[in-house]
Formats: sequence, C-alpha cells, structure tokens
Amino acid sequence: MNWELMWDSVPTLLGGVPVTLELVGLALLFGALVAFGTALLRLSGNPVAERLMAAYVFVFRGTPLLVQIFLIYYGLGQFEAVRSTFLWTFLREPFWCAILALTLNTGAYTSEILRGAILSVPQGQIEAARACGMSRTLLFRRIVMPVAIRQMLPAYGNEVILMVKASSLASTITLLEITGIARKIIAQTFAVFEIFIVAGSIYLLLNFIASRLIRYAEWRMTPYLRARG
Amino acid sequence: MKKIVAALALGAIVAAVGGIAEAKDWKKIRIATEGAYAPWNATDPSGKLVGFEPDLAMALCKKMNAQCEVVAQDWDGMIPALQQGKYDAIMAAMSITDEREKVITFAGPYGSEPSMFGTMKSSPLTKVNFGAERVDLSKDDPAGKAAIEKLAEALKGKTVGVQTSTIQANFMEKYLPKVTVRTYDKLDNAGIDLAAGRVDAIYGDRSAVDAIIKSDAGKDMTLVAPAFSRGVLGKGVGVGMRKADADLKELFNKAIAEANSDGTITKLSTQHFGYDISIK
Amino acid sequence: MFELLSFGPNGWGGQLLAGAAMTVAVSLSSFLLGLVFGSAGAAAKLSHNIVLNGIAEVYTTVVRGVPELLVIYLLFFGGGSMAMALGRVFGYDGYVELNAFTIGVLSVGLISGAYSTEVIRGAVQAVHFGQIEAARACGMSRWLILRRILVPQTMRYALPGLGNVWQLTLKDTALISVTALAEIMRVAHVAAGSTRQPFLFYTTAAVLYLVLTTVSTAAFERAERHANRGVRRA
Repeated sequence: MNWELMWDSVPTLLGGVPVTLELVGLALLFGALVAFGTALLRLSGNPVAERLMAAYVFVFRGTPLLVQIFLIYYGLGQFEAVRSTFLWTFLREPFWCAILALTLNTGAYTSEILRGAILSVPQGQIEAARACGMSRTLLFRRIVMPVAIRQMLPAYGNEVILMVKASSLASTITLLEITGIARKIIAQTFAVFEIFIVAGSIYLLLNFIASRLIRYAEWRMTPYLRARG
Repeated sequence: MKKIVAALALGAIVAAVGGIAEAKDWKKIRIATEGAYAPWNATDPSGKLVGFEPDLAMALCKKMNAQCEVVAQDWDGMIPALQQGKYDAIMAAMSITDEREKVITFAGPYGSEPSMFGTMKSSPLTKVNFGAERVDLSKDDPAGKAAIEKLAEALKGKTVGVQTSTIQANFMEKYLPKVTVRTYDKLDNAGIDLAAGRVDAIYGDRSAVDAIIKSDAGKDMTLVAPAFSRGVLGKGVGVGMRKADADLKELFNKAIAEANSDGTITKLSTQHFGYDISIK
Repeated sequence: MFELLSFGPNGWGGQLLAGAAMTVAVSLSSFLLGLVFGSAGAAAKLSHNIVLNGIAEVYTTVVRGVPELLVIYLLFFGGGSMAMALGRVFGYDGYVELNAFTIGVLSVGLISGAYSTEVIRGAVQAVHFGQIEAARACGMSRWLILRRILVPQTMRYALPGLGNVWQLTLKDTALISVTALAEIMRVAHVAAGSTRQPFLFYTTAAVLYLVLTTVSTAAFERAERHANRGVRRA
C-alpha cells in the first residue's frame, strides 16, 4: 500500500471535482426540466403525447447508462447528417454528449418519481380547490405541486446520489472528471488499488455532503412534520 | 439464524473462488493480448483472438514445449492484471520502455515499428513538409528536432487522439505538450472520432493506424508526417512478464531467438503486416 | 449493414446472443449472491449487536456511495490479493485464481447486496410484530417462525423493491465490460470499434437490454400477483 502515492494524488484528483459538479449540476437542472415536461405530458390525457413519453421513459429506464452514453457519443457522431447540423457544435464535445446522456437518463427516472408524487396528492384536496373555483394552472401551482414536491423529496434525493455516481461513467468518453483523472494517474503509476481508493473516498465525501443537503432541504420544506415545541 | 446466514455468505464467497494455479514449471502459460489492435491482435466476429501476436504466441509456445492459452485483457489494465497474477505474460504490441521496466520485465524484443500520425486527407497537416521521413528519437539530430517543431506548429490549437498509457501518449506529453490530447481506451475509438471530426489526428503504431485507414471508415484518412521511433517510444515490442519470473523470461528469450533465426517471425509478420517487423 | 448482425462468419450475431446469455448468467448469479449478502446485512442491521450494526452500515453506505465502476475496478485489480488474504485466514497459503466471471459476479453481487439489505430490512420491519409475538405464544420454534410467518410475508413486501434491485443488477452488468468478460456491452464495444459502426451495435445492445428488462418486469409482476394472492385491498 503506497500511502505516499495516495497522499500525493489527492490534489490532482480533487482537480476533477469541478468537472464532476458541473456534470451533475447541469444534468440535474436540465433533467428536472425534462422530467417536468414529461410528467405533465404523461398526465395530460393526450394519447399520442402519453404514448411517446411512456416510450421515452421505457427506453431510458430499461437500458444501461453506459449504452446510452456510447450511443450518443460514438453512435450519433457516425452520421454525416448529424455532423452538418448546428447541433454538432455541442455533440462534438464529450462534455455536452455526457450532459445529454445524463439529462435524458435522469429525466426519465425523475419523471416517474414526479408522476407518482402528483398522482399521490389526495383527491379531496383537488376537489376542494375546484370547488373554490381555482383554475387548472392555479390548482397545479398552489395545491398539487407543493404537495408533490414534498412527497418526492426522499426519492429525488436518491436520484441525486445516483447522478453523482453516474457522472463517473463520463470517463469512458475521454472526459477528465474524477474517475477520468484517476485512470490517467493509474496509466502512469500502475497503482490501481491506491488511486481508486482515494477516488472512491472523494465520491463518498461528495455523496455525504449531497445527502446532508437533501435532508436539510427536507427539513426546511416540512415544518409541519416536525415535532412541536 | 445469524450464524447460519453468516456462514452461508462466507461459504458463498469461498465457493466462488476458482481453482488453484498450476505449479510454476511453465508447462501451461497464459498470455494476454488486447484483441483490439489490428494487425498485431484483433477479435474476429466469433470472438476468437486473431492476428500476428496470437499466432506468434502459439509458435513460441511450441518452441518452449508449453501449452498456451491466449486471453483478452483491456489495454489499460494490462500491467496491473499481470501483477495480480491473472496471466503470466503480455503480448499486446507493448513496447519496452524505461517506465514499464520499473514494474515488469521484458523478453525480446520480437518486433519493432515506428509511430505515425493519421489524419483526414483534407487536413492541412498533409500539406506540411516535415523535411524528414524517419526520425530516430534516441539520436540527437537537428533534422529530427526541426520536424518536431514543424509538427508543433502544424498542430497548434488542434486535438490529437491516442490510446491511454501508450508510448504515443508519452511522446505527446514530452514533445508536444501544448497540443490538446484526448486519450481513448482503444485506438479504434480514436479512429471513429477522427472520422467524426472530433480530433484532428490520431497517433499510434504505424501498422495500427494503417489498419484503421485501410478499413471502410478510413477511406478518407491517410498517414502523415515522419515515422518516429526509439527514445521515449521504447526499444521495440517485447513480451511483458512479472519481475519474479526470471525463468519464464529465459524461456521466452530463447524461443524468440529461435523464431528469429528460423524466419518464423518474418513469415508471420509478412502474413499479417505485409512487411517484416522483426529485429535483425 | 445487417449482415454484420447475422450468424454467418462475418456476423457478430452469434457473439451478441452469447453475450446476452452471459449477461443473464452474471445478473442471475449476482442477484442471488446479493440476496445472500442482503439477508446477512439485514439480519446484522436488525440485530442489537453494535458491531454487526456498524459493519452492515459501513457496507451499505460505502457500496451505495461509491460509483459502481470503481467498485468493479477495485475488485478486478484487488480481488486476487483480497481472496488470497482471506485464504490465508483459513490457513490456505496457495495462489488463488479468480476468473473474470467470478470477479464480475462478486462485484455486482456486492453492489446488489447493499441495495437488497435495505429492501429486505424494510420488508422484515413491515411485518407486524404482533404476528411474531403470537407465533412465540403458540410455542413456534425460531426456525418455524422464520419459515411460516416471516419469509412469506417479507416476500410480499420485498418483491417490488427486489424487482428494482434486479433491474439495477441487470444494468450494472454492463459495467463488467471493463474486465473483458464477454457480455453484451463488451461484445458491442469491440464490434463497434473494429467495424467502425457504433450506432448499429450500441442500438442492438440497447434492444437486447430492453428485451431483458421487459421480460424481467413481466416476471416480477407475476411473482407479485402470486405473493399478494388472498390479500384484500381496502
């Protein structure tokens, strides 16, 4: 066990944290938007939209993220048709391909969580709101969404952790986030065990911080569930 | 209940562990190769490992009176897995370099090739006159230095794709540090990205780059710039082994010398590369 | 283009199907191993022994908090020495060889087990304690309680969660491609590289995984219906 090497590699590996955080942050942000749209479309009552979104969720939840990443990066780049569009400025870069894959992936899972949460809002509350004469948008904004968001927080927290872990797969398309840098160091030092232990510890730390933040968010959002006095 | 479950769990782990390795009399040798570096080694559609090195391995083992098994291993895990004992030797177009000799030992070399760049025919790189056809990096010659400078100039602001943990990656780091380098798990994937325009050039062993160019997807690609050899690019391709297995190294060295003198290497090399890569 | 997928000499079809069979084999073995780890972990977490509690907690937190790719790499490169160290504990001083399949099953099994622990723990806790009290009052032995009261009801509560763990396990096997084991992802990766047709092969891989997950979902739904027979819904 080469402790010195492990110690020396820490600053280099920490250099990958910004990229990891960017990947996770952007993927969660865009993924939330995608999830929102998808969940709404699936609950809209329009059969075509529902079918389409169900297919999207089915494909992205039923295939491994690794396949999705490779399909988007290598697969799409194969076609001249794709390369001649303006999309190529983004798809050319492994960073944006990774963001696209992560976004679509988390979008599918989050949309299911959101859909379940929306469906779990007690029917009585919706009836009462309608009886008060609330419009559909107002009903959604003031009654359904607040309840749904609080309901989905634990499951969404899980999704955030999964995203942090999923970001490590971006290393397979040459991105230098934590895992990518770890593999680069290993290529020079051949010390697989030591470097991956350090990298794993960094991820554990990130996940620990993430889960604390989520628990704090849960605590802030649900004062009515806290014990009184 | 807990004890039963704990025992079951432990039993499952121990039961999953495979058999004992053979005693070290070198009657059975496991040799690892990548399987994704034609024409040195490749995987055919039925999953079999084919190419120059699997064939050479069989020939060498016949000379050593040993039974050989050729297994596939991803390139970036080659040396660590050897040290773990997953196999006994590496024949995967691995060049003998000082850096690698720190951790493992080599028999041979059994072949040697220069490294060349590959790029699209439409690239401005093809129009540059580098002034030298071959550059030997172990010699301190001005023509070589000038060629490298022209290369640095031509590649300024561009991206080059190499395979991780290769002599070419080290070359880029040492001589062209200002050029953006993207490292891939397989050179094939770098080739895919060259065709897609994500990298402006790829850098690898001459035959491997050539194999990519000769394939369907490579019809718009061409070899470019001088052929570099020696120096940071190593002293030729050898059989990698654990440092503790000095006796195996002896066996391999003897077999390679025999294969060289009786023309086996030349024959196999002409068959797979079209030219002779053996060391005379 | 489709001839590349065929079963002929130039077609990767045979290899891909063999890869699919390997994927199923690895997933099943890992899932079952994961159930063993999960039961052990759940038992440890439910026990009142602080040490066991701690070990199980460390196990689930670490394995669920570190990317699967790293766990698989660590076991792939460190598995040999770890198995040898374990062997030495039992007095076995020889060289232990672990092939790619074993390593794959061990790593994915370890990951699967961490998630299974939570599912099984939740399921066991969902069984009303009153039932156990009643069974004890009837004089049932611990083994009988486990067999007749706990397991059937735990199964009912655990099945949805275990269905999720199964899907997770199935998809995590794609990461074993780094150990050169010939499952779907590895075959697709090598084929895509050497034929330079990534879209064709990765799409085929995706389709194969979709078939597997669809069949699995259907199977689990049947199992859930069977486990829930006789349960009346309000």
